Amino acid sequence: MNAMDGQPGAPSIDEETLGPEAAADLTAAVGEAIPPGVVPGTLRAYLRAWLARVRSGDAGVLPVVVGLIAVTVVFTIVSPNHVFLSAANLVNLFDQSAVFIVLAIGEGFVLLLGEIDLSIGFVAAIGGIVAAQLVQPSPGWPWWLAIAAGLLACAAIGALQGTIITRLHIPAFIVTLAGYLIWFGVMIVILGPAGQVSITAPLPDQQALYGLVYGYIDPLVAWVGLAVIVAVYAVVTWRTDAGRRRSGLVAPPVNLTIAKILLVAVAGILVVAICNVDRGKFLPIVGVPWVIPVVLAVLVLWTILLERTSYGRHVYAVGGSAEAARRAGIHVPRVRTLAFVLCAMTAGLAGVIYCSQLGGMTTNINGGQLVLYAVAAAVIGGTSLFGGRGRARDGLLGGLVIGAIYNGLYLLGLPIQWQLIVTGLVLLAAVSVDSLSRGQSAPTLARA
Amino acid sequence: MDLRSTTTSPTGDVPSGPPVGGPDISQPLLRLRGISKHFGAVQALYGVDLDLLAAEVTALCGDNGAGKSVLTKCIAGIHEPDAGEMLWEGRAVHIRTPNDASALGIETVYQDLALADNLDIVQNMFLGRERLSRGLLDEDSMERAAGRTLAGLRVTTVRSIRQPVATLSGGQRQAVAVAKAVMWNSKLVMLDEPTAALGVAQTRMVLDLIRRLKDHGLAVMVISHNLNDVFEVADRIAVLRLGRLVAQDRLAAFDRERVVDFMTTGTSSRPAPAAGAVATSDR
Repeated sequence: MNAMDGQPGAPSIDEETLGPEAAADLTAAVGEAIPPGVVPGTLRAYLRAWLARVRSGDAGVLPVVVGLIAVTVVFTIVSPNHVFLSAANLVNLFDQSAVFIVLAIGEGFVLLLGEIDLSIGFVAAIGGIVAAQLVQPSPGWPWWLAIAAGLLACAAIGALQGTIITRLHIPAFIVTLAGYLIWFGVMIVILGPAGQVSITAPLPDQQALYGLVYGYIDPLVAWVGLAVIVAVYAVVTWRTDAGRRRSGLVAPPVNLTIAKILLVAVAGILVVAICNVDRGKFLPIVGVPWVIPVVLAVLVLWTILLERTSYGRHVYAVGGSAEAARRAGIHVPRVRTLAFVLCAMTAGLAGVIYCSQLGGMTTNINGGQLVLYAVAAAVIGGTSLFGGRGRARDGLLGGLVIGAIYNGLYLLGLPIQWQLIVTGLVLLAAVSVDSLSRGQSAPTLARA
Repeated sequence: MDLRSTTTSPTGDVPSGPPVGGPDISQPLLRLRGISKHFGAVQALYGVDLDLLAAEVTALCGDNGAGKSVLTKCIAGIHEPDAGEMLWEGRAVHIRTPNDASALGIETVYQDLALADNLDIVQNMFLGRERLSRGLLDEDSMERAAGRTLAGLRVTTVRSIRQPVATLSGGQRQAVAVAKAVMWNSKLVMLDEPTAALGVAQTRMVLDLIRRLKDHGLAVMVISHNLNDVFEVADRIAVLRLGRLVAQDRLAAFDRERVVDFMTTGTSSRPAPAAGAVATSDR
């Protein structure tokens, strides 16, 4: 929660007495009273405003959190020996979810515009393969340069597709469907007759890439890192909120600011504590896998980009009303093209994580399923398919739901078909929530 | 550009009253001379002469297809006229793009409002012109400025300026669109059918808002079909018919019947209700 989604504002007196509708029409009557919405809210007013938003259909993060808790409870009960909630499984679950999470955060950029990118499954694969090929002995690039090259290749693909979509005015659905086929083919071409590339050889750069998922941070370092992250978050959040309260702007009440900071601290402590439990069967395995801070970094960076920069603001504006954005002087084609670039580049990182998780890449990568899970994760997390609504964290929460279903059904020993069916049903439920909430919340903006 | 940062108003409010010691008030803020525009074979405007004065509301009337929108878009920089000249504060100007128009201080409030429903009021008012501090959005400063502008226009019924525009009533949305237009040191605000979709109470609210813009010294041009609104709020009336400006005078020179005559036939044989009424031309 932050200033972007907080619209609490203590109701003014006229509204208390007249009700919101009556107040709306009596503009001049209030005269030169207090400027609108600048009274800092109390916690009660804040909760009431939040409840009103939920009732009006903008449920925000509520459905996915409820869903995540429900999935966790169900699988904990039905999994053999309640193994679902064991430290080893939870870390495993996060490793498995990481690909979905990063892909979904990337797809989120495009979904915010009301578009879709069907190609990112195989674009991700290309990113992973480029990185993996470059750390092979023959080019022998350092791991970081290989990853950068993989991301750059994906960004170039995104730029190409985005330019075709915006300049030639072809629907993104078609262009990225073509991309789906093209990059599938290119992937097989790059992998060559062997049909695979491995990064498990005992070379330092290959081990570094492999260590993204299977390398662990020293427990002490993890605790120190967590302390730093929480401290930075606490200071930034406190200063922002307190500053806004002081100058009488719309701001969350003090206890809510404290609650936000505590929530982040507790979540962080839980994650680090779980990861620092010895989960090895034969040899001790302890520590936070590197992929967790990597996913966190993507989440934080893309949240800042979307919610704290003018580019991010323009993405929301174009998704909400492209015409309004155009008249406000926003270069709409540039915003859209860049969104496809960012989407593809983020997908490239997901591909690198996937490569690390699999220990290499093969022609068996199912890019079609990956992209559908990415879209599903974003939508389950609360991103609207109609554009204009969604946040980077939706990808995290939705990706965790998909990862949990995948993991839980696997623990039950159920075959893949059940995983497909359950994931499909959850997606359907999520889209229904999205669609219903749109229908209720904004009758004025009925769309074709 | 800062929100009216050049004014001396201590609260940073929208300034009240016409600027003192500014350019000669009697000189029109914008003077159009012989503006013509055609699209292919269709001649949309024939040599239109129109004066827009500061601190006055000019109503632009005309039947469908009279050229009201084309004229507005020529002033807003969306269309470039084929012929004619525009004098802004006495200086000849060429307005080729919407950015040229905003640079002069011309803002347009379109009929469909051009607000993004998913953004809140502050975000909409600063859309495309966000304030940054160290590369990131300066929400505090934008929220304060938006709050001041709304308070200056006495738009005080919105629950919170952080609520999405989708949750506002039609009148409130119109108010936000107007506030967005006046934030930028604008001197001329053009409103295209500002009351077309509104109920009675909300229409009243918007008309009050238009009067307040005038009181703040802005030139206002209102395009309207609704003669009730026109006679309630306008100081001057200009009538377009088939691309020609057939009448332009002070409100007192018209009554409803005369305006309708001019709109439909381009001339009126009825006596003017007040002395000194002169129809500009019947070319």
